[in-house]
Amino acid sequence: MVAKRDHALRITALDRQATAHGLSSGMTVADARAIVPNLEVVQANEAADFRLLERIADWCGGFTPFVALDPPRALLLDITGAAHLFGGEAALLDQIRAELARRGFTVRGAIAGTAAAARALARYQNGAIAPPEQDAELITRLPVEALFLDPATTHALRRAGLKTIGQVAARSRTELTARFGSRMVFMLDHALGRAELPITPRLPAPDYRAEKRFAEPVISREGILATLAALARSLAAMMERQGVGARALEAFFFRSDGAVRRIAIATAAPTREAGIIARLFREKIDALADPLDPGFGFDMIRLCASRTERIETCPSDFETEAERQREIHFLIDRLSARFGSGRVLLFQPNNTHIPEAAFVLVPAQFAKPMQEAWVAVRNRGEAPRRPLRFFAPPEPVEVMAETPEGPPRQFRWRSALHTVCRVEGPERIAMEWWRYETPRPTRDYFRIEDEQGRRFWLYREGIPGRETPEAPACRWFLQGLFA
Amino acid sequence: MKPAVGIRAKILASLAKAELETAAKRERTPLGHRAADACLGGGLGSGALHEIFAHPGHEAAGSVFAAGLAFRASAEKHFLWIGQDCAARAFGEPAATGLLELGIKPARMLFVRLAHVADVLRAANDALSSAALGAVVIEIPKNPKVLDLVASKRLALAAARSGVAAFLLRLQANPEPSAAETRWQVRGLRLPADAETWGLPLIEAELVRNRHGRTGRWVMEWNGDDGCFREPHAAHSGALVSAAFDRSAA
Repeated sequence: MVAKRDHALRITALDRQATAHGLSSGMTVADARAIVPNLEVVQANEAADFRLLERIADWCGGFTPFVALDPPRALLLDITGAAHLFGGEAALLDQIRAELARRGFTVRGAIAGTAAAARALARYQNGAIAPPEQDAELITRLPVEALFLDPATTHALRRAGLKTIGQVAARSRTELTARFGSRMVFMLDHALGRAELPITPRLPAPDYRAEKRFAEPVISREGILATLAALARSLAAMMERQGVGARALEAFFFRSDGAVRRIAIATAAPTREAGIIARLFREKIDALADPLDPGFGFDMIRLCASRTERIETCPSDFETEAERQREIHFLIDRLSARFGSGRVLLFQPNNTHIPEAAFVLVPAQFAKPMQEAWVAVRNRGEAPRRPLRFFAPPEPVEVMAETPEGPPRQFRWRSALHTVCRVEGPERIAMEWWRYETPRPTRDYFRIEDEQGRRFWLYREGIPGRETPEAPACRWFLQGLFA
Repeated sequence: MKPAVGIRAKILASLAKAELETAAKRERTPLGHRAADACLGGGLGSGALHEIFAHPGHEAAGSVFAAGLAFRASAEKHFLWIGQDCAARAFGEPAATGLLELGIKPARMLFVRLAHVADVLRAANDALSSAALGAVVIEIPKNPKVLDLVASKRLALAAARSGVAAFLLRLQANPEPSAAETRWQVRGLRLPADAETWGLPLIEAELVRNRHGRTGRWVMEWNGDDGCFREPHAAHSGALVSAAFDRSAA
């Protein structure tokens, strides 16, 4: 495999045969061809390789949720506390290596107390399992390349006569820092287990999780839903002990062929009702555009509560009100799970005179209590000044008026001609000049009733003679319909 | 999806049973208009399906009628408005400021905006299963095939079970058989020539079908301050038509 590096086509990966001929990674293709004239060369596709690494990482999630990518070809798994589930560290390592080998990958693996030590051992001592607190002993025997420093520093170490990590460690720290930099010393400490550098897992650690593995992979919808219900009950019990409820939940489905699918739901208020959680997942799964395909079955299903909040327990006086609120939240959550949270909306006020900006629609699941109050435009006893049905953006209309600044006599909207029988207005609304880069023209709004009793909300854009002196005529728009 | 004949028979049977059980105990929401309320036997029944047809061009009047009824039926609870993207493009979207001007608190409305009418019906059935809402307004433009007699019976049954009032707002639609308890035809009216100011919303509402009583036609105005429909302020000598002929339910 070749890719462009440092202005030349170099080898990035090679098979055993090529190595046997004396080729190595980093060598230019020209040099390589000089040694092996009939060399088969394939352009590396680094994006595809990365995606493959991600998919293997997804599969590794079945062993532990803490998986970090170590591109281009490595993965780091934090198996703290997980090894016993697989029969011990040795068994876990063997299982991972065997399953990946079965899929055609050449795998090297190792287990150690720190990420750097594990990485180093995996490369240079495949299969090693460092006993607890004894990483340093194994590491010191490895060559300095095992520190995975940049090539210049590694070269400098070799030139200084330091060939193994042990030799480097024997030197004094001040000497090393002065010659090679503090980063190199930190990496050395990390490799020897003296410094901690936790891995950055791809997914944030969930607050609570429950999982179930199957000896017989589960395929049926009933089985999947029943498992989710059972996992929801376990999760609910955990959350109850801590007095919290979930706002966001994720379910991971691990297929026996290695593919992993993630389904997420959110709630408007924290919940730990197992029935509700199971129902929301059922709605989401039924509504998926890309159906959940079990293939030959799921080996494992994991349910995580990725975001939790304290649940406030209300005093008994407001039981029915709280009950009703919960019902409404549950309805919002169900509809949001099925149709998307962007389709289930609540109105919130906005402090502005501009009609189209005076209210906003926010997803009901994420709506926060409002600071502002709704303030009506009309006075008591008056007719509505704002239409119930609103057009955004407003629709252009052709208006025939007696005077440019006067009310319309007739107007044409969507090819239909309307005769104006009654007009109320104008209501002048100045577009708040501080909001826009170029000033928007003032609008004069008219409430209009036509010959059939239909009522419209029209506005003229701009004040003729003042704001638009050169324009032939001002534009008119229809922005809403009244009763 | 066409339900099997067995399921259809079951739905009809349960609907009949539910109606008998709850007809006596159901709440009635008065509109505020004496003659209309008298004809309705006290008001519109909660836990039932009501259909509102807006005359072509009078979609806003139909919407105000539906919004007012939903507001009155839901008392202190929330009400749900289910709209469709195509209706928003054609007739505009419900606006919070418009509701506020009508005296309806926008915070009480939950708005669901969907793309397909099948989704609208599914959401409506789901919403009607919960007694936490006071009313549900379902906007349906034109005459979609999925809204057939069985679908409307399903809605009516769901409403009957939960006690929530359901309003089908039919826009640019032709009347067709449905399981609704009442059917209205609504349009806006011109203010009388002698009226000086721009008055309150004036609506002509014709009750064309009533399962539990007679039909009629009334002119009402919506009073936002009191939150009710009322006889219009000025006397319209020619316009008040209260035709009470006995058209039995179809």
